[in-house]
Amino acid sequence: MNNNHGFIIYLLSVLAAMIIWVAPWPEFMQFIMPDWILLVLIYWCLAIPERVGIVNAWFVGLLTDVLTGRLLGQYALTYAVVCYPSLKLHKRLRHFPLLQQGMFIFSSLLLSQLLVFWIENIHSPTRFHLSFWLPALTGTVCWPVVFMLLRKLRYSYRIT
Amino acid sequence: MVLLSLVMLATEQRSQRLAGLRSFLSVLVYPIQYLVGVPGNVSDQVFDTFSSYQSLREENRALKQQQLLDKARLLKFAALEKENIRLRALLENSFKLGEQVLIAELLSVNLAPYEHVVLVNKGSRFGVHSKQPVLDATGVVGQVIRTNPLSSEIMLITDPNHAIPVQVNRNGLRTIAVGSGQLNRLNLPFLPNNADIKPGDLLITSGLGGTFPQGYPVAKVDAFYPQPDKPFAAIYATPTAQLDKSHELLIVWSDSNPIPLLQPTPDTNTDTDTDTESTQTHTNE
Repeated sequence: MNNNHGFIIYLLSVLAAMIIWVAPWPEFMQFIMPDWILLVLIYWCLAIPERVGIVNAWFVGLLTDVLTGRLLGQYALTYAVVCYPSLKLHKRLRHFPLLQQGMFIFSSLLLSQLLVFWIENIHSPTRFHLSFWLPALTGTVCWPVVFMLLRKLRYSYRIT
Repeated sequence: MVLLSLVMLATEQRSQRLAGLRSFLSVLVYPIQYLVGVPGNVSDQVFDTFSSYQSLREENRALKQQQLLDKARLLKFAALEKENIRLRALLENSFKLGEQVLIAELLSVNLAPYEHVVLVNKGSRFGVHSKQPVLDATGVVGQVIRTNPLSSEIMLITDPNHAIPVQVNRNGLRTIAVGSGQLNRLNLPFLPNNADIKPGDLLITSGLGGTFPQGYPVAKVDAFYPQPDKPFAAIYATPTAQLDKSHELLIVWSDSNPIPLLQPTPDTNTDTDTDTESTQTHTNE
């Protein structure tokens, strides 16, 4: 409805995702922590693609870089690249059943993990455990929750 | 956008040119990092408010006793320190002293999995700079790797990318302790199978490398496995610092001017050799 109104909700949801992302969790949770920020971004890319664009995702990524102390541009690149297909395919994806959507989300998250993996390897080549790839899986499991929650939020504030 | 981020990645990998941008953005995200810790802080404060007078008095008494003990111990240390300086002067060895500390509080922020990097609430505003050693009450914690105006990032000694030069307190054997990625373990991968080291040995900083001041406890050796088929033994140690428990950390400024020798001689040996080596050179002379 209101342009400003929707944007504030969008920013608040990203903020909430950032807080959850950096909050101190027990050790086993750290390894399976899905990338909440990316999930939220993908949702908004599907819901209001005309307002949430690549540039937006890029800036959110840049803030995430500083927040988590990565090389500047790591998450910026990742989020921009991953949001591109969901922006392009948003019309089709909206009509997919949740399972099919889940497969798309899984491949997106896998792509993001792969990019992060490459960039971190340039920065500091350490041995990565196989569980590095777990967040892609848990992220897919969490997607329906994020989807339902944000859709509820969007409907209750009538953001279109 | 992709190109821009690639360029940024490349520049930051190689140079410090983006430090300004990062510090600007870090001020933007600081509220988020602060917000994360708020529930914990509030619950601490509530607990403090409602804890009974009796228990506070108990705690106060215990702390006073502890302080008295520590003071007595410090008295002895002062005398020992003076004596040490005199002895070192006799050995023509300079000794760094006069370290200044700043207490920084941990922000309860978890930066990335697989990395042991923590965030504290003192930054370049307080004069913190990178490569400063960080201690807690029981040992070496790590070093500052990056400073923002309001916060700074500290890499713990157990990070897989961190290595610290250490020395066995018992016999002065020097080696390097490498982080293992587990909070309670350091690896000593560069000691031969016949090295004079055994479980229970205390490892202290050797002062080589210049980042860490000499003589602070780092870890206790807890396992020594000789590997006859390999050149080096497998040795594991547990950090003495309470890496997962301490809330306040000490950021250290070591004074760059070494204490002058008592009798300055023309051929002053400026190397920070260990005691054993300098005595050896003397006997050779």
